[in-house]
Amino acid sequence: MPKGKDTALISWKEVPFGCYILEPGNSVGFKTGDWRSFRPVLDKEKCVKCGQCYIMCPDMTYTQDEEGYYIADLTYCKGCGICASVCPKGAITMVVEEV
Amino acid sequence: MGKRIAKEVSIAIAEAVKQCRVDVIAAYPITPQTHIVEHLSELVANGELDAEYITVESEHSAISACLGSVATGARTFTSTASQGLALMHEILFIAPALRLPVVMVVANRALSAPISIWNDHGDIMAERDIGWIQTFAENGQEAVDLVYHAFRVAEDRRVMFPAIVNIDGFTLSHMIEPIELPDQEQVDRYLPPFRPRYKLDPRKPLSMGPVGIPEIYTEAKKAQDEAFKNAYKVILKAWDEFEEVFGRRYRPVETYRMEDAEVALLIMGSLAETAMTAVDRMREAGKRVGLVRLRLWRPFPLRDFVKAVKGLKVLAVIDRALSPGATGGPVGTEVRSALYQVPGRPRVVNFIAGLGGRDVTVEDFEEMADRAYVYMKKKPKEPYEMIGVKE
Amino acid sequence: MLKEWAKFKGFSAKNLPKEEPFAPGHRACQGCGEVLALRLALKALGMNVIAISATGCMEIISSPFPYTSWRVPWLHVAFENAAAVASGVEAALRALKRKGRFPRNRRVDVVAFAGDGGTADIGLQALSGALERGHDFVYICLDNEAYMNTGVQRSGCTPYGAMTTTSPPGKKSIGQMTWKKNVPAIAAAHGIPYVATATPAFFLDLMNKVKKAALVEGPAYVHIYSPCPTGWGTKGEDSITLAKLAVETRIFPLYEVIEGKYYITRKITKPKPVEEYLKRQRRFRHLTEEEIRKIQARVDAEYERLLRLAECL
Ligand SMILES: Cc1ncc(C[n+]2csc(CCOP(=O)(O)OP(=O)(O)O)c2C)c(N)n1
Ligand code: SF4
Ligand code: SF4
Ligand code: SF4
Ligand SMILES: [Mg+2]
Repeated sequence: MPKGKDTALISWKEVPFGCYILEPGNSVGFKTGDWRSFRPVLDKEKCVKCGQCYIMCPDMTYTQDEEGYYIADLTYCKGCGICASVCPKGAITMVVEEV
Repeated sequence: MGKRIAKEVSIAIAEAVKQCRVDVIAAYPITPQTHIVEHLSELVANGELDAEYITVESEHSAISACLGSVATGARTFTSTASQGLALMHEILFIAPALRLPVVMVVANRALSAPISIWNDHGDIMAERDIGWIQTFAENGQEAVDLVYHAFRVAEDRRVMFPAIVNIDGFTLSHMIEPIELPDQEQVDRYLPPFRPRYKLDPRKPLSMGPVGIPEIYTEAKKAQDEAFKNAYKVILKAWDEFEEVFGRRYRPVETYRMEDAEVALLIMGSLAETAMTAVDRMREAGKRVGLVRLRLWRPFPLRDFVKAVKGLKVLAVIDRALSPGATGGPVGTEVRSALYQVPGRPRVVNFIAGLGGRDVTVEDFEEMADRAYVYMKKKPKEPYEMIGVKE
Repeated sequence: MLKEWAKFKGFSAKNLPKEEPFAPGHRACQGCGEVLALRLALKALGMNVIAISATGCMEIISSPFPYTSWRVPWLHVAFENAAAVASGVEAALRALKRKGRFPRNRRVDVVAFAGDGGTADIGLQALSGALERGHDFVYICLDNEAYMNTGVQRSGCTPYGAMTTTSPPGKKSIGQMTWKKNVPAIAAAHGIPYVATATPAFFLDLMNKVKKAALVEGPAYVHIYSPCPTGWGTKGEDSITLAKLAVETRIFPLYEVIEGKYYITRKITKPKPVEEYLKRQRRFRHLTEEEIRKIQARVDAEYERLLRLAECL
């Protein structure tokens, strides 16, 4: 991809060879977070840091912070609610996203 | 320099593929291509050719496996005919779009129905628009030489398009002809190792074959088309170099006795040899008849072709395929359209001949040339005529 | 135990690989169980893979130009030929390694992903050919029980009674009229070294099976049950619950076939009634009690058959 252009609006001369995508995993540039109407909210009091939310998230949003809590990256979170449903401790609640 | 040895053309092609040091072959048997792939599996089996031979379960999988193989950086060959080529159809378009230079020999054969194992160009003409480089061989030597050339051009980094070498089924594939196979050293000089620009390798990941949303599809196709047209120069250059290394000269358009011709026959493939005899006879009878043969079919050698037919009054295009309900055979319509903008263009008449293994004789060619003379004065009633149909 | 697994200790919640070979920003629906299965499979495989995708949901959502979610080399050619394309990749690697054009000792796992349609229906021939020829590769069927990418049409893997856009219930139809095609059994019939079933609900089991499949020399087949909220008419948050229920009701049993021998990897001794699974999904909403009884009987019989195969009776 030519630098600075992250859409497909390019001249035919800029189409990469074979229409290949040469930047592995560049979909990180596509923010799916705005599909969300509910947001997962963590209650650290209840969390036992088991990582179920992390491993079951279809959008790979969770990373561990320094204290070991799993935090969802809302850039990608689509608000499906899987993490809340699999959490054995009920530590995640889905709350309506304010517009 | 190698010696000229009598060999079945299919066997010679397999030997040439071996000399090209292919890494992977994936093929499925179909008459009249079988002798090529049988001989290749033999060469692999007895260790003469160090390659993987994938005995796929269909032609669809043959070409699919070939795409996977080239994408991984391996020199890859396949061969098919007729129904097998038709079964590949879906995947054939994908190879050039992904710039994957597979080389394939097609032993041209009629398409069903009725089922026929015999020769015509119906199979390959149905694949006119796939975006592969396509050449047609006239004889065994040329078939072999076009194989070296196909790898050389297809894998050239400025090209990176797949290539088909067409040989007439049986009438060429099964002929025993004196063929000179070059020394391995010559082939190595002509054909450098395959070093693709990109390949599937975990050390440098990339994605091949993404979704083309409407914002990019047209641009992707334009880029492909431009690159394909640019391949023409490399195709010619590779023939120049071929001459330097092997001493035989090839051009995209061949002409025979065209100096002062007013009528010419246009043909592709091995029938050209019979047509030459007809031309000789007509010349003896004082008729100014010549012959044009297209060696390169895709990309279409527009300029060289127009130059070759300059000054003609009538051009008789002989198609070995029928395009039902169309305005001509596939070559006929192409040539008419190529000449339409040319001032003083010859009248193009179109004959469909030699379908499903029907012999096309010297007399048939003479008849076509005679009819061309008739049409010099009077417009034909129909856009194309079939030759040799029993009434 | 196959000798190739000798050094593999298995994944546990404590030693999950950190790498995510599949990146976020993909366009799968909310709560998609298929992309979760794909993610977990890739996580188990790691970065030294070449992946091939069949046309289908996962291919579409992961590669709208100019974006890709693949951090490993990836090739998509068409719908029905993932196994054939993988054959070519595998053969090429073998040739290039032998000829010294690819590092000989570098392990690369070739993996093909296809949906149930790309596997059980249009791709079955290519799959059979590749398994029979013995290529060293992993084939993963991501089974969401219909052609989702084209708008939820029935496939050979759509379960009996399910409503899809081409198996609509009506006066003369109860929905899908046929029983789910048993693709793992078809794969196993090729005599390949390893076949397994898995579901993202049991993620460690899934990851271990995929890893074992990759370690095996020769072809391996993993059939992964993948909930699809869009096609099934379920809630995104329920995907894992359903995947668990499918196992607990014995509708989708978890097992391995190692060199022809069946092993049940999660025995269900006190199965839940299938109704509990069916009633949570819009695709089964129209089913009468009689039809549900029929499904229950079939599930019971199939499980018995599996137990017999595993000699657990
Ligand atoms: C030869 C061919 N036929 C049909 C299609 C249209 N098509 C694309 S994907 C698809 C269904 C995919 O279903 P499945 O394999 O189950 O994958 P899913 O989308 O459900 O993940 C169909 C019918 C196609 N692309 N190619
Ligand atoms: S699943 Fe629940 S308890 Fe486990 S880490 Fe996530 S929030 Fe904490
Ligand atoms: S709501 Fe869904 S997408 Fe968002 S963090 Fe939870 S599991 Fe991931
Ligand atoms: S339709 Fe189903 S399988 Fe496809 S992306 Fe959406 S949820 Fe996933
Ligand atoms: Mg599906």
